[in-house]
Amino acid sequence: MKVSMTVNGKTYNRDVEPRMLLVHFLRDELGMTGTNIGCDTSQCGACTIHMNGMAVKSCTTLAVQADGATITTIEGLANGSELHPMQQAFWENHGLQCGYCTPGMIMAATKLVENNPNITEAEIRHGLEGNICRCTGYENIVRSVKAAAAQMGGGD
Amino acid sequence: MGNYVGKSMKRVEDPRFIQGQGKYVANLKIYGMTHAAIKRSPYPHAKINSINTAAAEALEGVIAVFTGKDLVEGGVNPIPCGFTPPDIKLPPHHALAIDRVRHVGDGVAVVIAETAYIAHDALDLIEVDYEPLPAVVDAKAAAQAGAPQVHDEVPNNVSFTWAIGDEAAVNAALAAADHVVELDLINQRLIPNAMEPRAAVAQWDSAMEQMTVWTSSQNPHTIRLLLSAFTLGIPEHKLRVISPDVGGGFGSKIFHYAEEVIVPWAARKIGRPVKWVATRSESHSTDAHGRDHVTHCKLGMSKDGIFQALHIENYANMGAYLSLFAPMIPTALYHTLMAGLYKTPVIYGVTYGTMTNTTPVDAYRGAGRPEASYVLERLIDIASRDLNMDPIELRRKNFIQPDEFPYQTPVALLYDSGNYDAVFDKAVEMADYSAMRAEQATARADGRLVGVGVSGCIEASGAGPSAVVVSLGAAIGLYESGAIRVHPTGKVTVLTGAHSHGQGHETSLAQIVGDELGIPVSDIEVIHGDTERLPYGVGTYASRSMAVGGGALVMSAQKIRDKITRIAAHQLEAAVEDMVYDRATGTVHVKGAPDKSKAFGEIAFAVTLANNLPAGMEPALEETSYFDPPNFTFPNSAHIAKVEVDKDSGEVTLLDYVAVDDVGNIINPLLVEGQIVGGVAQGVGQALWEHGAYDANGQLLSGTFMDYAMPRADGFPNIRVGRTVTPSPSNPLGVKGAGEMGTIAGTVTVVNAVMDALAPLGVRHLDMPLTAEKIKAAIAAANGGGN
Repeated sequence: MKVSMTVNGKTYNRDVEPRMLLVHFLRDELGMTGTNIGCDTSQCGACTIHMNGMAVKSCTTLAVQADGATITTIEGLANGSELHPMQQAFWENHGLQCGYCTPGMIMAATKLVENNPNITEAEIRHGLEGNICRCTGYENIVRSVKAAAAQMGGGD
Repeated sequence: MGNYVGKSMKRVEDPRFIQGQGKYVANLKIYGMTHAAIKRSPYPHAKINSINTAAAEALEGVIAVFTGKDLVEGGVNPIPCGFTPPDIKLPPHHALAIDRVRHVGDGVAVVIAETAYIAHDALDLIEVDYEPLPAVVDAKAAAQAGAPQVHDEVPNNVSFTWAIGDEAAVNAALAAADHVVELDLINQRLIPNAMEPRAAVAQWDSAMEQMTVWTSSQNPHTIRLLLSAFTLGIPEHKLRVISPDVGGGFGSKIFHYAEEVIVPWAARKIGRPVKWVATRSESHSTDAHGRDHVTHCKLGMSKDGIFQALHIENYANMGAYLSLFAPMIPTALYHTLMAGLYKTPVIYGVTYGTMTNTTPVDAYRGAGRPEASYVLERLIDIASRDLNMDPIELRRKNFIQPDEFPYQTPVALLYDSGNYDAVFDKAVEMADYSAMRAEQATARADGRLVGVGVSGCIEASGAGPSAVVVSLGAAIGLYESGAIRVHPTGKVTVLTGAHSHGQGHETSLAQIVGDELGIPVSDIEVIHGDTERLPYGVGTYASRSMAVGGGALVMSAQKIRDKITRIAAHQLEAAVEDMVYDRATGTVHVKGAPDKSKAFGEIAFAVTLANNLPAGMEPALEETSYFDPPNFTFPNSAHIAKVEVDKDSGEVTLLDYVAVDDVGNIINPLLVEGQIVGGVAQGVGQALWEHGAYDANGQLLSGTFMDYAMPRADGFPNIRVGRTVTPSPSNPLGVKGAGEMGTIAGTVTVVNAVMDALAPLGVRHLDMPLTAEKIKAAIAAANGGGN
C-alpha cells in the first residue's frame, strides 16, 4: 500500500506491506533508528514518537495508519543544533544511563509537559507509567522533566 | 583534589543518546544483510522426533533453514561453562537443541531470510514433532528421588555440591547458643530485562577469511575467546567482536549465548551478513535469569544478641543448561559473603546446583551477593524481634570494628577497610530514625500497618587477584587493561578493556586520565568495546570498572608522566629528579624555576619529531598497563525504608527510602548516585513486584512485559542518597565500586520494612515478591482465616 507522511519536516512516499508497523517503517524504510524497540506488547514506551501532536507508541501503530500524518521522532526534536529543553534537561540531570529508553522517555515527557505546563511530581510519575527504564530508578528522569517543565513553561 | 575527579561532570556520551544517535547493534544495516529468526520450543521438556523444514525453505524470501544437527555437522561445538568447581557434572549445551528440548524457549531451528518479517513468517511453517516429557521446575524438588531427569549426564539433577566452613563446629555452636533463628526462604527467580533486547550481527569476509561479530555484550574479548577456542573455532586473530552502545546489561549480557554462535556460523555458511534481534518475549525465555534459591538457614546467638554461628543449606536453580558463570554465583560469590558486616566466628554453607526445565540462571546485578545479604539480613531482622532489640542496635553489637581491618572472615575473604558504625550514623541521621519510629508508633496506635526496615549489607567487588579467582574454579583472570595513546597534537585516546553499557565510562575514565595527566577532558576520547582496537580486556561486571579498569589507566598515566618528565629534563638540560610534573596544568618544570617548563602538548609534538630525545628513547608516547588487584574491594551500606501496608488491599506503599553507602573514593558523584538509585529501584522491584514465574509443568508464566511486573515511575518516592568514604587500599584510586550496592541492599531493606509493618499481626516471614495478593492473604490468615 502507498503511504505518504511528513517526518521531521520532510515528506516521504513509500509502498509498504499493510502489516508493517510504524516503528519498522521509521527504522528500516527511513533509516531513522533513534526510535528504539524495547518490547512486543506496547508496555515499555521506548518507541514513543509524536504523531499529529500526540505521543504515540509507534510499535502499536501500522505505517498505513500514519498515512497523511505529521510525525516527529527524537531525531527531529531539537531545533537544528539547539537541543529541546527536555533533551537538555535529561543531559543536565543525568536522566539517562544506557540511553535505550531515553528517546521514548523524552518524547513522552515532552507531550506530558506541553499538555500540563504546571505538572506536579506525582503527575510526572503517573504520566510516565507507560515508559519503562531499567537503569535510573526514575529519580533523575522525574528531576529532568521537572527542570524541563520550568524551562518550557517560560511564561508563555 | 584534581580538576575533574570528585566532581559531578555531566556525561560526554549523552548528546548522542538524547538525539537518537545511539549506536546499538539493532541499528546496524550492512549491504546484503539477511535476517535470522529462531524457532523455539513451546514445551519445557520434550523429545524431538523430527523437524520438517521443507515448507519454510520453500517460502519466497527464505534463504536457508538450519537445525541443531546442521550446526553440529557444520563443526559447531557446545557452549562451554567457565566456572567448574571439582566434580561438577557438565551437560552439553548445544546452540540449537538436537534430540531433546529442555526449557520453553530452547532453540530448535534458525531461519535466514531477506527480511525479518519473512523470517518470522517462516517459523510458523517449520513442523517439529515433539514428544512431551515430564518436567521439573523447582531447585529443591529437582534433587529429590523420582524427579524427572533433565540430562543423562547429571544424575539426580545435581550438577555440583559446593561447601565452605566447619560444619561440626557450626552445629556445636548452634547447639550451645541461647537462641537460634531458623528460617526457610525463597529468593525468587528474576528476569534481568535490560531495555535493549539482545542482538547480534555477523559479517564474513571470505577473501580475508575474517569474521566480524557485533553483539550486545558486556565483555567482547571474552566472547571472541569463546567463539574462537570453543564454539566456532575461528582463529582469534581472524575474529573481531564489537560491542558498540549496549542498552543495559545488569549481568545478563556477560554470557556466551546461542545466537552469538548461530549468527556468525550462518553468515559464513550463506556468504551474506546476518542480523538477529531478540523480541522482548524471546528475551524473557532466553536471557539468563537471576537468583532462584531455596534456602534453609540458622543463626545462633547469645541472649544479649552476639552472633555465634551461621548455617546455610541452599539449593540453587541452574536451569536447563550451565550458563557461562552460573556455578560461581551461588558458591564463590554467595557463601563467602555470609559474614556480612559481623564477627560471626563460625559459618558453614553448602549449595546444591540443580538442573531444571527452566531458562538457564546466571549472574544478575549483585550475583550471589544480594542472595547472601538477603539470608543474613532477614535472619538478623527476625532475631531483633525475637530478642526485643532495635534492629540497628543488634547489628551494631556485632560489627567488625574500624581497627580490626584487614579482617579475615571465616568464609575466605579478607575485608580491606570499613567503618560500619559511621555508615549507620549517617543513615540514622538522614532518615531521622527515632522520628520514623515515633511516627510508626502513632500509626500503629491508629491501627495502620506502617513498617520501618533496616539493613546493613556488604559486597565484594573489583574481584582479584586472578590467581585466587582461578583457584576458586573460574576460567578467567580478572585483571583489566588500560592504554593511553598521546597523539602528536597532544590529544589523547584512552583504550579500556572495561565496557560501558550505561555506566558512563567515557566520562568517568576521562576524568581520571584528565587529572592524572593534567589535560582537559575535552582532549580525551575513551574507546571501548572493540577487540580490534583494544588491548585484551576482561569487560564490565561485578562493579569492577573503576577499581580495576581505572587502576590500569592510573598505571599507564604514571608511565606517560615519567616519560614526559624525562624528555623535559633532557630538553631543559636539568636532572630528572629536579623536575616537577604539575598535574593541575599538564606542565613539567624545573623545581624552583617555573619559567623553565614544557607543556604536555609541546612534549607530544617533540616526541613525534624525535630529534631531541634522551639517548635510546623510543619516539612514542603510548603506554599500556594491566592491573591485577591484590584483593577484592568491600563496599558496604546502611539502608532504611519506611512503608505502609494497606490493611484492606494488602498493597505496599514505599513512603521513604534512605541509602547510605560507603563505596570508597568517588570519581563522579552524579554517576555514583545514579548507580545507587537505579540499583535500589531494581532491588525494590524484586522485593515487591518482579517474579520470573513458571507453572508446575514448566510453562513460563511471565513471558512478556504484560506478565512481568517491571518497576515503574509511580512505584517510588524520592530515594535519598548519602555516603561515607573509606578509601579502599586495593587499588590506586581507592574506589570500591558502586554498581551493585543499591540492588543488594534495596531488596532486603524493603522486605524487612514490610515484615516490620506486619509484625503486630504475628507474620514472621513471607517470600518475595510481596504482592498485594500475598499480603492480603497473610493478613486474612493472621486475622483468623478467610476473607
